[in-house]
Amino acid sequence: MHILVVGGGMGGTILANNLARRLSGELEQGSSKITMLSASDKHMYQPGLLYVAVGKMSTSELYRDQKSLLEPSIDFHVDPVEKFDLDNNAVTTKSGKKISYDIICIATGSRGNAAGIPGLAENACQFYTEADALAMYKKLQKFEGGKVVVATGVPHKCPMSPLEITFFLIDYFKKRGIWDKVDLHYTYPIGRVHSLEPVAKWAAPEFDKEGVTYETLFNMKEVVPGKVISEEDSSAEFDLLVTVPPHKGMQVIEDNELGKGGFIPTDKKKLNMEGRDNVFVLGDTTNLPISKAGSTAHFEAEALGENIAALVQQGEPVRDYDGKVFCFIEAGDGKATYAMFDYNNPPNPQAPTSGLHWFKTAYNRMYWASARGII
Amino acid sequence: MSDRILVDAKNTFCPGPLMELISNMKMAEVGDELELLSTDEGSAADIPEWVNKVGHEIVDSFTEEEVLHIVVKKIK
Repeated sequence: MHILVVGGGMGGTILANNLARRLSGELEQGSSKITMLSASDKHMYQPGLLYVAVGKMSTSELYRDQKSLLEPSIDFHVDPVEKFDLDNNAVTTKSGKKISYDIICIATGSRGNAAGIPGLAENACQFYTEADALAMYKKLQKFEGGKVVVATGVPHKCPMSPLEITFFLIDYFKKRGIWDKVDLHYTYPIGRVHSLEPVAKWAAPEFDKEGVTYETLFNMKEVVPGKVISEEDSSAEFDLLVTVPPHKGMQVIEDNELGKGGFIPTDKKKLNMEGRDNVFVLGDTTNLPISKAGSTAHFEAEALGENIAALVQQGEPVRDYDGKVFCFIEAGDGKATYAMFDYNNPPNPQAPTSGLHWFKTAYNRMYWASARGII
Repeated sequence: MSDRILVDAKNTFCPGPLMELISNMKMAEVGDELELLSTDEGSAADIPEWVNKVGHEIVDSFTEEEVLHIVVKKIK
């Protein structure tokens, strides 16, 4: 049985390692094989970019060699897929190799798409690539005060990031001693300051306490120098615009017409591509209406690892993905909290504490053990 | 007009039904109809509020087996 994992991000890496352990006997005997195809020989800790953007983390802390994170039994190649031939159980890679599989797991991720909103890329700071996060930090360092607007597109990766970057900006400006020269204005696409109601109920009074103004039901339509205009016919003037841009799936998914916007239609419990039993999808690549977050990919990978191993060994999957998500929320001022929920249980976040901030700080280092499947 | 687009946001908390509708509206073509399924109690109020504010159109709204169905037409 040949299992092909496409994508070496968090979801693909945890899944491949999980499968390698569960199928160690089959891999040793040669009756099964796991191949991973990735676009890079480096693995990036993407949540670290938020910290890089405000000078709390260096870029050297973001990367590890992908191969060092993988079980030795995984056949790893830096050779991204360009063509999916799902009807014939085969892919073609950038180098021109045609690779057949029995089971394929697609975990190609998502990417910021500031270009989807006219003027956004040219006029806003963002932090979803290393280059953008560094550019944002440089711009912040030169900023001496004025109107700062935080604006969020949909869908976006990491649902906590609009709040987190806002609280980090407050910390940053306070640390520089220019907070009294800053008017910080937060905007959000729906009718409260966060999609999770309990989180919104906690965050709005925190904004009030800090003097942060906010406008909800604000979806960016266009940005011109100094002003962001919403689809709801509102606008906000800025000297500095910080955006959580709208996201798309990867170009290869769009090019192969696997899903609108680059997101593949996926069964919410079995995680197979709709209509295909041997194609599984995880992480940001799915079209599931759940958080695009590392923890989502992590929990999906664990469910899929168990199911695919069971398919190989017993011919049937053994469990459903329950929609579990766990997100830390950096709340600024050295404190953090978290939200945990699944398809049946809503979140109930507690008041932020310094202990949870330090746990999150420790997790930023422990991530590599998580990717290896150790924790 | 293409077939009605189903947006199944039942039993989801984040990003939630309205954000899911907005995402799918952005990918839809003018004239498309989207049918949103939601179990969120707030959807009956906050979906029409956003749809009307932006200038799209509520085509239908009904509850079936405790699931709210709201059909929205993309106008612009």
